[in-house]
Formats: sequence, C-alpha cells, structure tokens
Amino acid sequence: MASTTPIDTPPAPPVPRPSPRSTGRMGDKIFLGLSRGSGILLLVIMASIAVFLSYRSAIAISENEGNFLTTFDWNPAGDPPVFGIAVLLFGTVVSSIIAMVIAVPIAVGIALFISHYAPRKLAAPIAYVVDLLAAVPSIVYGIWGALVLVPYLEGLNLWLDDFFGWTYLFDKTEIGIPRSLFTVGILLAIMILPIVTSVSREVFLQVPKMNEEAALALGATRWEVIRLSVLPFGRSGIISASMLGLGRALGETMAVATVLSPSFLISLHVLNPGGGTFAQNIAAKFGEADAFGRDALIASGLVLFVLTLLVNGAARLIIARRKEYSGANA
Amino acid sequence: MSHAPTGVIERPTPASPTPKSSLGSRSLPRLAPLGFAVVSVALGIGIPLAAGWHSRIQWGMLSALFFLAISYVVTTIVENQRQARDRLATSVMWVCFLIAVVPLASLLWTTIVRGAERLDGYFLTHSMAGVLGSEHSGGVYHALIGTLEQVGIATVISVPFGLLTAVYLVEYGKGTLAKAVTFFVDVMTGIPSIVAGLFILSIMLIASIEPSGLMGALALAILMVPVVVRSTEEMLKLVPNELREASLALGIPKWRTILKVVLPTAIGGITTGVMLAIARIAGETAPIILLVFGSQLINTNPFEGAQSSLPFYIYEQYRIGEAASYDRAWAAALVLIAFVMILNLVARGIARWKAPKTGR
Repeated sequence: MASTTPIDTPPAPPVPRPSPRSTGRMGDKIFLGLSRGSGILLLVIMASIAVFLSYRSAIAISENEGNFLTTFDWNPAGDPPVFGIAVLLFGTVVSSIIAMVIAVPIAVGIALFISHYAPRKLAAPIAYVVDLLAAVPSIVYGIWGALVLVPYLEGLNLWLDDFFGWTYLFDKTEIGIPRSLFTVGILLAIMILPIVTSVSREVFLQVPKMNEEAALALGATRWEVIRLSVLPFGRSGIISASMLGLGRALGETMAVATVLSPSFLISLHVLNPGGGTFAQNIAAKFGEADAFGRDALIASGLVLFVLTLLVNGAARLIIARRKEYSGANA
Repeated sequence: MSHAPTGVIERPTPASPTPKSSLGSRSLPRLAPLGFAVVSVALGIGIPLAAGWHSRIQWGMLSALFFLAISYVVTTIVENQRQARDRLATSVMWVCFLIAVVPLASLLWTTIVRGAERLDGYFLTHSMAGVLGSEHSGGVYHALIGTLEQVGIATVISVPFGLLTAVYLVEYGKGTLAKAVTFFVDVMTGIPSIVAGLFILSIMLIASIEPSGLMGALALAILMVPVVVRSTEEMLKLVPNELREASLALGIPKWRTILKVVLPTAIGGITTGVMLAIARIAGETAPIILLVFGSQLINTNPFEGAQSSLPFYIYEQYRIGEAASYDRAWAAALVLIAFVMILNLVARGIARWKAPKTGR
C-alpha cells in the first residue's frame, strides 16, 4: 500500500521518480511470476494427469492375466484377475459415431439457420435456446433419457427393425427395452448438438461478406450462396466442430450409465440392449471395486484420456491452422 | 470484334428467363409454407393412426418428411427448380432447429411437472437419514450442502488460478510457453469429467487419502479452470489497447495497470464466464461418485468424511428404482436445473449489462 503515494506523485516532481519505478519493477516481477507460474502449473497438471494415470495403470496391467486390449471380460477381482477394454472401446466408438452421424448434419443446419436464415431478431434468442441445451447437467439428460426417451424409442426401434432390419445394423435380434447403444447415441447426439452448433456458427459468421455478396449479385438463391461460398469456407470449421463434439461424446459418463443396460458383448446390432463404454463402465464398476479393481478402472480411464486428448488436440490444431489462413478477415 | 457482340448477346438470352421468372412469373404466396405445414402434419398423424403406429416421434418425422416433399414438388411446379431447392434448404434448416427444440422442451417440461410433485419446503430442509428408498419422505438438504461446499471450494481454487493464467496469456504471453498453455487450455476443456476424477483418485490411492468433499472439489476445479481461462482471455482481449497505453503513459507500472484498469474494465464479462463455469461444474456427477462417495447424512465438513451432492443424489435415487425414489430424483433434478438455469440467466444478464463498449 506504500506504493500508492509515490505513484500519484511522478507527474509533478522528477526527483522521486526512481522509487515508483523500482516498486513498479518489484510488483511487476511478482505479478509476472505469479501469472507465468499459474500458466506453468496448468501444464504441470496436464502432465501429472498423464503420469499418475499411467503409473496406476501400469500396476493394474502388469497383474492382468488376460490381454488388456482384446479380452471380452471385466473381472479384476477374480483369481487370476482378467480384464480387457475391447467391448468398452467398441461401445464408446460406436455410440459416439451414431451420435456424430445424427448430430453433425442437424448442428450444421441449425448453425446455418442462425447465421443465414433466421429472421435477424430471432437469431440471438435461437442461439440462446441451443446454448441452453448445453447448460442442462448430464445426469438430468440421463434420467430423462432413461425414464422418458427409452419408452418413446420403443416404437421407433420396432419400425427400424421392420423396415431396415435387412441392413444388419438395425436388425433387433434380442427382445427388450431399448437400453441400447443406438439409444445412447441419440442421447449423446442431443448433448453434443450445442457445441457443434456454436463452433460451426462462429465459422459461418466469419465467411467474407464479399464472397456472399458476389454470389448474390450473380443471381444466386440463398441456398446457392451457402453452397458456393459459405460451405467451402467453413469446411474445416465443421470438421473441427464435429471433432470437438466427438470428444464430448467419447467421455460422457452419466447419460450412458443411466440409459445403457451393460453387457460384455460386442454386437453390431445396435438396437439390441447391451454393450458398454469406458466412462459408463468406470461409474458402474467403481462401487464394487477393491483397490486393484480401481487401478484396473484407472487403466481403462487412461485409454479414454488418450483418446479424447487425440481427438481434441486434432480439432484444435485444425482450428488454429484455419485461423492463420483467414487472418485477413479476423 | 464480331465475336464480342455475339458473346454479349448470347449471354443474356439464357440468363434472362431466370430474373424474368423471379420478377414476372408466378410465385407462391408468402404464407404457402404454413399451408404445406398444415397438410403435412395432417398426413403425418393421419397415416400412422391408420397404420397403427403409436410413437409420436414417428409422427413428427413423417410430418417433417411430408413437409419437405410437398413444398419441393409444389415449388417446382409453380416456380422453378432452383427456387424449389432454396425452399427445400430453408425448410430443412427450420426442421433442424425444431428437432433441437423438441428434446429441450420435453426435458424441461418433464422435469418441471415431475419435479413439482415432490418439491416443497420439507424436501429442501430434510436429509435422507433413516429413510428407506421406497418411503415417500426424505429430502435433499444434505446434497444441497454438499453441492454448495464442493462448488464453493472449486470456485475459490480455480478463479484466481484461471484469472492469473488468462492475464499471463493476454498481457505477458509470447513465445513457446504461451502457445503451449493456450493449446493445453483448449485440450483441458475437453477432458472428460470422469478422467479428472480418476486423476484425483490415483493421487488418493498413492497418498492413501480418504474420500471427502475436498477431493471432489479438486476434480471440479480441474474442470473449471480451463473454462475460466478461456472466457477471461476473450474478455481481456476486448479491452481496448488505448486504455492500457493511457495508463502506462501516466507512468503506472504494468501490474497496477492490469489490476486497476484492465481487469475492472472486463469485470462484467469475467463474472459471466465464472458463473457459466460454476453452472457447468455444479451438474458434474462422475467425479463425485469416485471421490466423495455419497452419504445419506448431513455432513457440513467438506474436509472430512463422505458427502453427497445434488447430481449424485439424483443418480443414487434413480438407481434405487422405486416410484418414491424416482419422484425424489425428479425433484432434485428440478432443484439442480433451476440452480443452473438461474446462474445462466443472471450471467448472461450481467454480460449484456456490463459489456465493454467496443466499436462493433
């Protein structure tokens, strides 16, 4: 607090100048140190997440009697302990892909709707409504999915089985309520919709106005403007937005844990109940796990961590590269 | 020279029908889409009723498909194919938006209706101590306390941390370190909450620490920091450079410029960002399952012993699977959603009210 008085003085007498400078430097050093320190601490946290997870995973995997990558079972408490991530990896990837296939076209449509179609006064409220989807906690999606969506989807499941059963994918061979990977995919699609929408919307709003106006001046309809100038410009943005959505879908825990009825089977009949994902398996098995079982779960969590790290990192790199190209209209 | 006139003459001739048709020829009345919508909804509900399908999702999908088909065909006949495609694209985008609204509306509606059945003063002021899953009593008080304490601790940890990091990135950051931090903040935003929970769990296993509210708060802080950094960074970038330069020109050291000029200018946006971050972590369940363990009793001490939290309580009640516990789950979901939505609305209100005046 002593520094306040000298700082007020410098304009008038030139003599006490050195003192505010030196306190300034001192304060600057401390402040720079603090802020740089927290930047470094952030990197340290990221690194230690990787280190700690790997360390505990190594303990679990070294005791594992089954093959960690190919075993269709999760029994770390058994004698000998046997567990593997094959089913989890399959379920995680399949449910996320279903979510992407449903969510990305719809999200791009909504983003275009907000940026180019909606009446200007409605655009902001509509964007807000879509953002509200992101504000709903995942556990609420979970109980809504399990208690409302699952009963609703029974009709759709039968219909898909009737008309598209020949595709193998939609062939429902087991009877049961649709607590399936397909239902999980639909729920995940709803959950990743807002992030894919908002990132693609940002990109669509950055399209150079000149390109659009040029297309309009040639007599293009609104759809032709979008096809000719907006979509080509926004392609990489859409890709990275979908990958960010994919990252979310891969790691979602509660919505999957409440909706899916887990089983350790791999089946491409996505309408059949059963399957599992990394996050769901951790949440479901944690309660009954002993110390070694927890290490096994940490090992599966490490795989999930690496997976989301790769997907998110790639998405961010694509965005960053695009930014450099479009520096002119930033 | 003889080629040029023909080129000029030839070009307008193929092009002229289009502008002419859009000006002079028939075009559909403005309210035509409404008519299409009525017809297609009638068909979309009528046909399934006749065929005996009962899922309302199918009704909606059929109506949407009919709408697309009818408007495309009618526009092609009355106007032309380019206009038809344009109209098709417009309706597809409207349908996309409606598809997004349906689940949101259904979710909010169900939560409010089902939650209001059970939500009252008793529910908010009693814990689950000694209450069986099938009994129609008990409440959410212990979970509320848990959530408030865990989220409070996480906020106290991550706000200064996040603010300092953002200040570093915007005001000091140059070179490799800043680039690395920016990249990893982005990547950290995408860390699944369960992985953050597992990280703290692995520390707990190594140091043999018992589960407590504090451990959950640490995991929540890991999830909250990148959100705070990102939003603060955006806000600091909006502060006009003239303000910084004016302050520095008066001989004020950089750190005081940041504390007294830059941060106060951006404080509205920063508050918004922090509140949105709080809203995000308040709904996290996965780390709580791993690190706080859950409890039926009131435990006001976040540093020792198991606690509950609102999202965990919802999951717990859902898993019991009795009618009474479903009621409690919905009521707790209503409390949680109300908490999150109010935070969101207030945050956006502040953002609008305190937005830094830029040239835009």
